Amino acid sequence: MFCPSTRPVRFRVLGGYSLAAAAALLLCAGCGASGKGPATLNWYVFPEPSGSFARAAAACTAASAGRYRIAINFLSTSSDQQRVSLVRRLAADDSSIDILAMDVDWTAEFANAKWIRPVPTALSAQIRSVDLPGPVQTATYRQRIWAAPINSNTQLLWYRKDLLADIHRRVPTTWAQMIADAIELAKLGKPHYIEEQGAQYEGLTVWFNSLVDSAGGQIISGANRVVLGRAAEAAASIMHRLATSGAADPSLNVAMEGSSDVAFDRGTAAFEINYPFVYQSAIAANPRVAKEMGYAAYPEAVSGVDPHVSIGGYNLAVSAHSAHPGLAFNALSCLTRKQYEIAYAVKGGLAPVRAAVYGIASFQKAYPFHALIERQLRTYGIRPQTPSYADVTLAIQKALTPTSAIQPATVVDSLRNEIRLSLSSGALL
Amino acid sequence: MSAVAAETAPGTRSRRRRLTERARDERRLAALLVAPAAIVMIAVTAYPIIDAVVLSLQRADLRFPGATKFVGFSNYGHVLSAPVWWQDVFHTAIITAISVAIEFGVGMALALVMYRTIVARGLTRAVVLIPYGIVAVVAAESWQLAWSLNSGWIPKLLGLSGDPLSHTFGTYVAIIVTEVWKNTPFMALLLLAGLALVSDELLEAAKVDGANAWQRFTRITIPLMKPAILVALLFRTLDAFRIFDTIYIFNQGAQGTESLSILNYKTLLDRLNLGLGSSVSMLLFVLVALIAFVFIKGFGASAAPGAEAVS
Repeated sequence: MFCPSTRPVRFRVLGGYSLAAAAALLLCAGCGASGKGPATLNWYVFPEPSGSFARAAAACTAASAGRYRIAINFLSTSSDQQRVSLVRRLAADDSSIDILAMDVDWTAEFANAKWIRPVPTALSAQIRSVDLPGPVQTATYRQRIWAAPINSNTQLLWYRKDLLADIHRRVPTTWAQMIADAIELAKLGKPHYIEEQGAQYEGLTVWFNSLVDSAGGQIISGANRVVLGRAAEAAASIMHRLATSGAADPSLNVAMEGSSDVAFDRGTAAFEINYPFVYQSAIAANPRVAKEMGYAAYPEAVSGVDPHVSIGGYNLAVSAHSAHPGLAFNALSCLTRKQYEIAYAVKGGLAPVRAAVYGIASFQKAYPFHALIERQLRTYGIRPQTPSYADVTLAIQKALTPTSAIQPATVVDSLRNEIRLSLSSGALL
Repeated sequence: MSAVAAETAPGTRSRRRRLTERARDERRLAALLVAPAAIVMIAVTAYPIIDAVVLSLQRADLRFPGATKFVGFSNYGHVLSAPVWWQDVFHTAIITAISVAIEFGVGMALALVMYRTIVARGLTRAVVLIPYGIVAVVAAESWQLAWSLNSGWIPKLLGLSGDPLSHTFGTYVAIIVTEVWKNTPFMALLLLAGLALVSDELLEAAKVDGANAWQRFTRITIPLMKPAILVALLFRTLDAFRIFDTIYIFNQGAQGTESLSILNYKTLLDRLNLGLGSSVSMLLFVLVALIAFVFIKGFGASAAPGAEAVS
């Protein structure tokens, strides 16, 4: 069927153009919820290579009994580019987006700008009851649920068992211990680098925020007030300590998730802080490293205190300009069903958000580090939930790079001023 | 001054009176023929520029649609009082000055080679032009890989143990090398056109008078090429000052390499702060206009080198 748009065509066209528009209107008589055919719901989402999103979209279309058809549209791979593409359309009141996959740190911004609709009460209650607390919190802004979590993500510690055996040490549980172990390995002339993400980009904010939360602090409070106290100073000290210790990879200043992974697979590193995708990629890239690869919980910033690791992942929201919000919310609840979440995790490696999935035997087999992930999604940390998140993260990235030049005593004060200014739209960062 | 005006005024009036009906029709036709192009130009250039001026005077932030209000020149105040603006002006100026200077030196050498080559002239010119034909983003990506400690050949070749892209100095070298590699052919092409203006008889005459090669180059070739040189420098300086793609691909402005265009991009498209971002755009526009003004008024560059070469 010819359906150029799900919205009725507006007659703001000139001359001969209106003829074409009228023809389109006639052809399109069957489109939309009121017509006979299914409404098209455009789902904009990051490119999911395993095809499990596309299969779920097809299955949900079939299950809707002809009420809607989900058309999947892939955005760029980079999360920044996804945001720019979505925002350009949403800010222009474009009705061509019905469902959008938001990175977990966009919720406050999109909700505040009224680009997305709050989730109806029944679906909100369901999300709160079945999903893990971390993912639920990422979809929450001002006590309301704005999106349905579809997948989560959390960083773990990956290490080389053989190298730890060489120095007769157990898996480090704190940052201090991990850095000490790496220095020990360096003395023996063994591979010893700690792979972290120190480039000036979002990964650095994740590192800093994880450490601040784990040290018992906060960057911004729920009331949009800048906190950044002693915990931030402790976090900055750990980053500086790693960068200047000799345990750091010489490429720390340009390291992102992908390059950290490549470096670990090459065998020059003893430790790596990264997302679970690195496990599969090590098996493919260097089986010898993969054989010795162990995994453990994210190291503690303060000994004996559970870390609060900043979680990642995506939430599905319904555009405020969608012509079919009711159907779109139906589709949302279908796309986040348990059986599809298992497929997203097993086929595509995406961490599930539903607590129940973590108890399924077949899932546990395909996802050996499931217990650690579930635990970290319960003790989660979260990046600042503010509409000005883009400003806050930019201020953090600029203030804390290069990590070797951080001055923990003064950086927190200057960062606090920058973030305060940025919350008023007036700061050039 | 007034005397000149008094003299010319009646002249124009009488000329206007002398217009025949046919000439008037022709003028009307000309205006009609030009109109579509003029309207398109206004729509695609004047409108966005005016819109940017208006936005730069407002607190306009896509994330806070309800908070839009007129704020006068306070955005400009925020930009000009921010250390990051002046740092980025400095970064941009450094990259521009060094890369244009090297491009000029190497470009002149290439132009001479292309001009004087007797054998395989077509092949020489084609080879010189290859970097200019490569897509800018592809070129930047390849150079970034080449400079990376883990995957690149340059750190291996130079025997570096550290990562050059981890440090400010190394990153500047890498970015400037990329810019020079990519843009020197363009410089060489413009200079080659200038070389064609230098007549061989003059050089022969100088040779007969006992001038050596260097003297002929500096006393004859360069002065005669001056208009072409100024145009080449003007074009490349304006281009280099707006540097975006290479830095964006390399590191998005990390390691102290943020240029004004990168700052502008971050403010407008990452932070969605249209007011502040537009004022950055306007100030960048002013700086670019200033560069053009200095070249044209200060050094006497002209966009049409042929016209001056005659005199």
